[in-house]
Amino acid sequence: MKTIEEIHEIRNLKRKELDIRVNTKADTREKHILVCHGTGCTSSKSPQLLETFRKILKEKNINNVRVIKTGCFGLCAKGPIVIIRPEDTFYAMVKEEDCEEIIQKHIIEGERVTRLLCKDIDGKIVNSLDELNFYKKQKRIALKNCGVINPEDIDEYIAFDGYRALERVLNEYSQDDVIKIISDSGLRGRGGAGFPTGKKWELTKMAKGEQKYVVCNADEGDPGAFMDRSILEGDPHAVLEAMEIAGYTIGANKGFIYVRAEYPIAVKRLQIAIEQSREYGILGKNIFNSGFDFDIEIRLGAGAFVCGEETALLESIEGKRGQPRVKPPYPAQCGLWGKPTLINNVETFANIAQIILKGSDWYSSIGTANSKGTKVFALGGNVNNIGLVEVPMGTTLREIVFDIGGGIPNGREFKAAQTGGPSGGCIPKEHLDTPIDYESLKEIGSMMGSGGLIVMDDTKCMVCLAKFYLEFTVSESCGKCTPCRIGTKRMLELLEKLCSGEGSEIDIYKLEKLAVNIQKSSICGLGQSAPNPVLSTLKYFREEFRQHAIEKECKTLECKALSKITINPEKCKACGLCQKHCPVNAIQGEAREKRTINQDKCIKCGTCISACPFHAIGN
Amino acid sequence: MQENNCCIEKVINFVKDLEKIYKQEKDNLISMLEEIQEKFGYIPKEAQKELSEYLNIPMAEIYGVITFYSRFTLEPKGKYSISICLGTACFVKGSQKIMDRLKDRLKIEPGQTTKDGLFSIDETRCVGACGLAPVFTVNGEVHGRATVKMLDEVLDKIISDEKNM
Amino acid sequence: MEEKMINLTIDNQEISVPEGTTILNAAKQAGIDIPTLCFLKDINEVGDCRMCIVEVEGRKGFATSCIQTVEEGMIVHTHTPSVLEARHVILDLIISNHAKDCLTCTRSGNCELQKLAVKFNVLSVEFPGEMTKHRVDDLSPSIVRDFNKCILCRRCVAACKNVQGIGAIDCINRGFESCISTVGDSSLNDVNCTFCGQCIEACPTGALHEKETINDVWVKLKDPETTVIVQTAPAVRVALGEEFGMPIGTNVAGKMVTALKRLGFDKVFDTNTGADFTIMEEATEFVERFKNNDNLPMITSCSPGWVKYIEMNYPELLPHLSSCKSPHQMFGAILKTYYAEKESIDPKKLYVVSVMPCIAKKFERQRPEMKEEELYDVDNVITTRELARMIKQANIEFEKLQDSKFDNPMGEATGAGAIFGVTGGVMEAALRTAQDILTGEDLQKIDFKQVRGTEGIKRAEVEIAGKNISLVSASGLSNARKILEEIKQGKADYQFVEIMACPGGCIMGGGQPIKDSKTQAEVDIKKLRGEALYSIDEKSTIRKSHENPILKTIYADYLGKPGGKKAHKLLHTYYYKREKYNI
Repeated sequence: MKTIEEIHEIRNLKRKELDIRVNTKADTREKHILVCHGTGCTSSKSPQLLETFRKILKEKNINNVRVIKTGCFGLCAKGPIVIIRPEDTFYAMVKEEDCEEIIQKHIIEGERVTRLLCKDIDGKIVNSLDELNFYKKQKRIALKNCGVINPEDIDEYIAFDGYRALERVLNEYSQDDVIKIISDSGLRGRGGAGFPTGKKWELTKMAKGEQKYVVCNADEGDPGAFMDRSILEGDPHAVLEAMEIAGYTIGANKGFIYVRAEYPIAVKRLQIAIEQSREYGILGKNIFNSGFDFDIEIRLGAGAFVCGEETALLESIEGKRGQPRVKPPYPAQCGLWGKPTLINNVETFANIAQIILKGSDWYSSIGTANSKGTKVFALGGNVNNIGLVEVPMGTTLREIVFDIGGGIPNGREFKAAQTGGPSGGCIPKEHLDTPIDYESLKEIGSMMGSGGLIVMDDTKCMVCLAKFYLEFTVSESCGKCTPCRIGTKRMLELLEKLCSGEGSEIDIYKLEKLAVNIQKSSICGLGQSAPNPVLSTLKYFREEFRQHAIEKECKTLECKALSKITINPEKCKACGLCQKHCPVNAIQGEAREKRTINQDKCIKCGTCISACPFHAIGN
Repeated sequence: MQENNCCIEKVINFVKDLEKIYKQEKDNLISMLEEIQEKFGYIPKEAQKELSEYLNIPMAEIYGVITFYSRFTLEPKGKYSISICLGTACFVKGSQKIMDRLKDRLKIEPGQTTKDGLFSIDETRCVGACGLAPVFTVNGEVHGRATVKMLDEVLDKIISDEKNM
Repeated sequence: MEEKMINLTIDNQEISVPEGTTILNAAKQAGIDIPTLCFLKDINEVGDCRMCIVEVEGRKGFATSCIQTVEEGMIVHTHTPSVLEARHVILDLIISNHAKDCLTCTRSGNCELQKLAVKFNVLSVEFPGEMTKHRVDDLSPSIVRDFNKCILCRRCVAACKNVQGIGAIDCINRGFESCISTVGDSSLNDVNCTFCGQCIEACPTGALHEKETINDVWVKLKDPETTVIVQTAPAVRVALGEEFGMPIGTNVAGKMVTALKRLGFDKVFDTNTGADFTIMEEATEFVERFKNNDNLPMITSCSPGWVKYIEMNYPELLPHLSSCKSPHQMFGAILKTYYAEKESIDPKKLYVVSVMPCIAKKFERQRPEMKEEELYDVDNVITTRELARMIKQANIEFEKLQDSKFDNPMGEATGAGAIFGVTGGVMEAALRTAQDILTGEDLQKIDFKQVRGTEGIKRAEVEIAGKNISLVSASGLSNARKILEEIKQGKADYQFVEIMACPGGCIMGGGQPIKDSKTQAEVDIKKLRGEALYSIDEKSTIRKSHENPILKTIYADYLGKPGGKKAHKLLHTYYYKREKYNI
C-alpha cells in the first residue's frame, strides 16, 4: 500500500529520471536503449535483443545505460525496432548479431551505426524518430505512452501523470462532473459504432441497480486490426485507470476486462498491471482515501469474433456461448447478470485519463465537427509502412496511405482501402480525399469500425475480397438468427460461384437482395454489417463483378478459375529462371527452350511473374 | 507443455485441482476449459463430465460451449501444430496461397490432424505480426514474410528431422 | 397500483395496452396475427428466427415483435413491402436448409413451417445451397431425432433445459454448422434424457417425433392366434378428440372405445382400473410407511420419465420412491396373470397394448424389471397421436361414432382413477383411500381441492385421523428438482410427495396431440384437459379406488391383501442408480 504522498513522490522522482525518454536535449550521461516488445517485434525475436544488449553491457561493465522493454512504436514493418534515447536514434530490423556493434559504436564511440538506421520511403536515412514521415502527421493520445514507458513498471506509468486523473476525479469531482467532462469532450466509442461515451456513462449511471459493472471490451477480433492489443501491451495502466474512473462515475465497484486469449503478451501485462495496482492500493478498497472501492478481473475470450459484440461478450463472461441478445434492452439497463453495465473498448478507455487532465476543451479542439479527438488505425496490406498510426479525426485517407503509410510498394497502383474489417467497406481511389470520421465513412459505404485499415493495390480482386470477408463472417457467425446463419452462407456461395466462373448476372442481383435483407433483419451488429463488404465493393467495383459473372474474367490472379498466367514467347529468353522458382513444377521446357506453363498444374502464385527478368510473364 | 495421450486419472486429477481454485459458479466454465485446453491440448471427455458435475451444467451445454469457441478442441493436436494467419493483412499479402499449399501437402483441412499425428492445421485470425505478413506459426513460433517456398522448406525439414529420429 | 397503459398504432389501428406488453401481443389485441416460428409463450422468447419482425417508424432496422415491448406513441407496420420481402427471404433461407420431404413427414399438415410456406406461397427456393447433414437418431425406444428437419428455433432446447431442467440437448457448433444435439452427438439413449417428450410438443416441425410402433399393433390385430387387449390411459380420452378437430378438453371416451373395437382389439380396457390398483397399493404402502415413519416422504412412482430422472440425478433418494409400478404396468401384469388364467388364454398369446399420453412409457415398458418369465407386462405402448393415426388409417370417421363402454370384467373404474392423468390427481386419489384405511371409516369428504390446479408446485396440509400430513405435488422436472433439493437438504418435512414429469401431468404428456405455438399462447390447454378429467371424476358413481368392485373381487380371488406377497410380486418394482451419461 502506498499513501497519496508516496505516489506523488514516486511521480516526481521517476519523472526526472525518465526525462531522457521524452526530451532529446536531456542533460544526462545516461542512455536508455528501448527495445520494442509489441507482438510484431516479439515475433521477430526482440526479447533476444534485450538479453543480448544486457549481456554485452554487463561484460563491458557499462553502467550508465539501461535496456528497457517497451510497447509498440507503431512502425511494425521495420521491426524489431531499437531506439536509443535521449538522442532518439531509430534502428530498424535489428538482429541479435547487430547488438555488439550498436554498443560498441553508438554507446562507446558515440557514432551512429549508419547501416542499421531506419530509411524512409524515399531512401533517406533517418537519424531520429520524428524525422520519419510516418510520425509527422500523427498525434498520439491513446498511444501516448506506447513505446515510451516500460509497461510492466507501474512507476513509469505514474511518472507520466499516471493515476493523477483518478486521484483528481475521486477527490474533486462529482459523478456528474465527470459525465459532463466526457460528454463535452465529444469522445465517441472507438469500438466501431461511435456511440457518445459520455451519454453511455450517463445512461449507466442513471440506471437503477445496487450492483453495476464496468466492462472493458478487449476482444479485438477484426482481422488485421491490432490497436487495442498494442495499447494493452504498451500502456495497460491507462485502461485500468479509466475503468476505475468509469466505475466511480456510474457507481460500480467491479470491472471485467474481456481480452482475447490469443493475446498472451497483453494478458500477461494486464495481469502484472493489476497486481501492481493492487499492491499500491490503487485497486482495491478505499482508493486514494476516497471511500471508493474497485477491483478488476480478467476474462479470456476463447476465440469467437462475435464476442466483440457487447451482448455476446456479456454472455461469454457469464460462461455461455457468445450469442448476442436482442437490443433493447441495452447493457446500460440490463447487462452482466442482468445488472446495469458499462461497456467501452480499450481505445475509448485509453483517452479518458487525458481528457480528465487536459480538459474537454482541449480534446474537442481536435478532430471534426462530430468526431472529436484522434483515432488509431492498424495500417496494413499493400502499403510500405505497415504499423500502428494515431491521427486526428478528419485526416484524409490519402494522408494516411501516402504520407504516413509511404504509399504502395513495388510501384503498384492504389486500388482501394478497406476500413472497419468484416463490418466495413471498401473505399476506392475517388474517395481518397475524404476526411475520415464516423459520418463521412458511413456516407461512402464503409464504417470506422475498430480501426483496421487495409490497403490494396491493383493486383487485388474485389470479388475475392468480398468473398474473403464473407468467409470470415460465415465462420464467425454465432448461428443464432436465421439471416446471419443461413443468409451469409448463401452470400458466400454466390460469391464462390462468381469467383469460380459459374456465376451469372442474376447471382449479383441475388447477392444484393440477400445483403439488404440480412442488414435489416439480423439480431446483432455482426449480422447487420456482414453484407457491408459486398455492398460497398458492388457499389464501387460493380464492373468487376460483371466481368466475373458475364465475361468470366478476373483481371487479377486471385480467381484461379478465371485467370491464366502465360509466357509471352516473344519476350521469353529461355533463361529458365521461372522454372527454377515455380513451387509446383508447372513450367515446362528444356534448357534453351522457350518455356510454357502447364495450366493444370499452375496454382497462380505469381512467383514466376516476379522471377522473370524480362517481364515476359503475365496474366 | 501439452501432454497428449493422457490417461483418465490424470485428467480428473487436473480438473479436481482446478476445482480448488475456481468456485462452483457457472461463469467459471470458460476459464476452466481454457486451463484444460492449455494443459492437454484438447478437452477430454472425462474433463467435460467432471466439469458438468462440479458446475452443475448439463454436458450438452458444455459441449455447446466447447464447439462454439474455436480455441477449444475435442481432439488432440498434432505434434507440429501449424497455424496460418488469415487476418486481412496477411490475406492481402497472400496467406491463402500458403494455406492452400499446406492443405494440399498434408491432405487435411484446418482443424484436422494428419493420421500419423504429426501435423495439424489451424487458421488463425491475426497473430499480431502484421508487419511481417504473411505469417504462419509452427507450435507458436512465428515465420514471417512467408512464401509457399518457405513453407515447403519448413515442412521438408520437419519431415526429414522426424525420419532421422 | 393501476396498470400504466401505452398507446400505439399498429397497421393504422390505434390501441392501448398495458406497459410491458410485447408488440406481438399488442397486435393480437388488434386482431393482427404476426407470424412466428421460434416463439413459444413463456418457454422460448428469444427472437431468433426473425419471422416476427415488424417495422417501427423511426427505428433503424426491424423490431423483434415477440420480445420487444411497446412504447408510447409507437407506430408499427406489420406488412410493409420491405417487411414482407424480409420475411420472404427469411422463410426462404430456413426452407433452403430444411429437408423438404413433407410427404414423408409425420408432421405434414401440422407443421408450423409448412403453414408459413403455404401462407407465403413459397413455390420454389430462391436461395438454394449447401444443406447441413445430420445422422438420424432413432436408437432410443421413445424419441426419434431427425435434425435434417430442424430449423434451429431452439424451442426443444428451452423445453428441455429451462422447463424441465434437464439439458439433454443444446445448441452445438457455430454459424451455419450450428445444430441441436447432445454431448458428442450421442444418441438420446446414452445421455441424461428422461424421455419426457416435452421437446416433441415444442417442435414446430418434424425434427422430433415419437418412435412409432403402430405397425406391430396392426400385425398383431391381424393375427388370429393372438388376443390383443388395449388399455387406455385417463389423459388420452380428453385429448384424442383434438386430433379430429374437436375442441380441446372434449371427453371422447365413448367414441374412443367404439373406435378401438372397430380397429379390431379383442378387449378394450380402461387403465383407470390399473390406476385403482395403483392407489390400493400406494395408499397401503403409504399408510404403512407413515405409521412406521419409514423413508418419508414417500414419493409417487407412476411417471416413468420422473423415475428415470431420479435414478439418474438423485439415486440417494430412491428409497423414498414408492415401489408401485405405474398403472398400465400393474394392469398389464394383472392381464397376463389373473385375467389370462380366468379367461383361459395362454399369456404368451396375449398381446397388451397401452395407449398412453406419454412416450417415456415406451421406455418403461421394456425395462427388464417389467417382465415376468420373459413375458412383458405390456407389449406395446402407443401414444394418443399414434392411436389417432390408426383410427384415420382404418378409415373411421371418428366424429360420427356412437359411444360404447369399456369391456367387462375389467372395464369399470373409479373417478379416482380418472384424475390420475392430472397433476395432484394421484395424490388426491391416494388420500381418498388412505384416509379410509387410517380412520377405518367411509369418509364423505373426498375432494382435496388444495392439490388441484395447474400450478407447478402445490403444497398442502391435511388432517387425517387426527394426524397432520404434509403434502406436495409437483409437475415438471424443474419443479421436481426443487422439491428433491428441499428433501435432500432436510429443509422440508413432507410425508407424501406426488411428482409427474410433464408440466401439468399426463394430460400434457409428450405423446399428446401437438398444438402449434399460437394455440399454446392463446389457450390454457392444461386447464381445459384437466377440467375434463375432474368432470369425469365428479360424474362417477364410485370415486374411491378401494370401492371398485372389480378390485375387491381380484384381491379376494387372486391377489390377497393389498401390499401382500402376491401383490408385491406382480404390482411392485425396484429402482437403481443410472449413469446420466454413457459416453
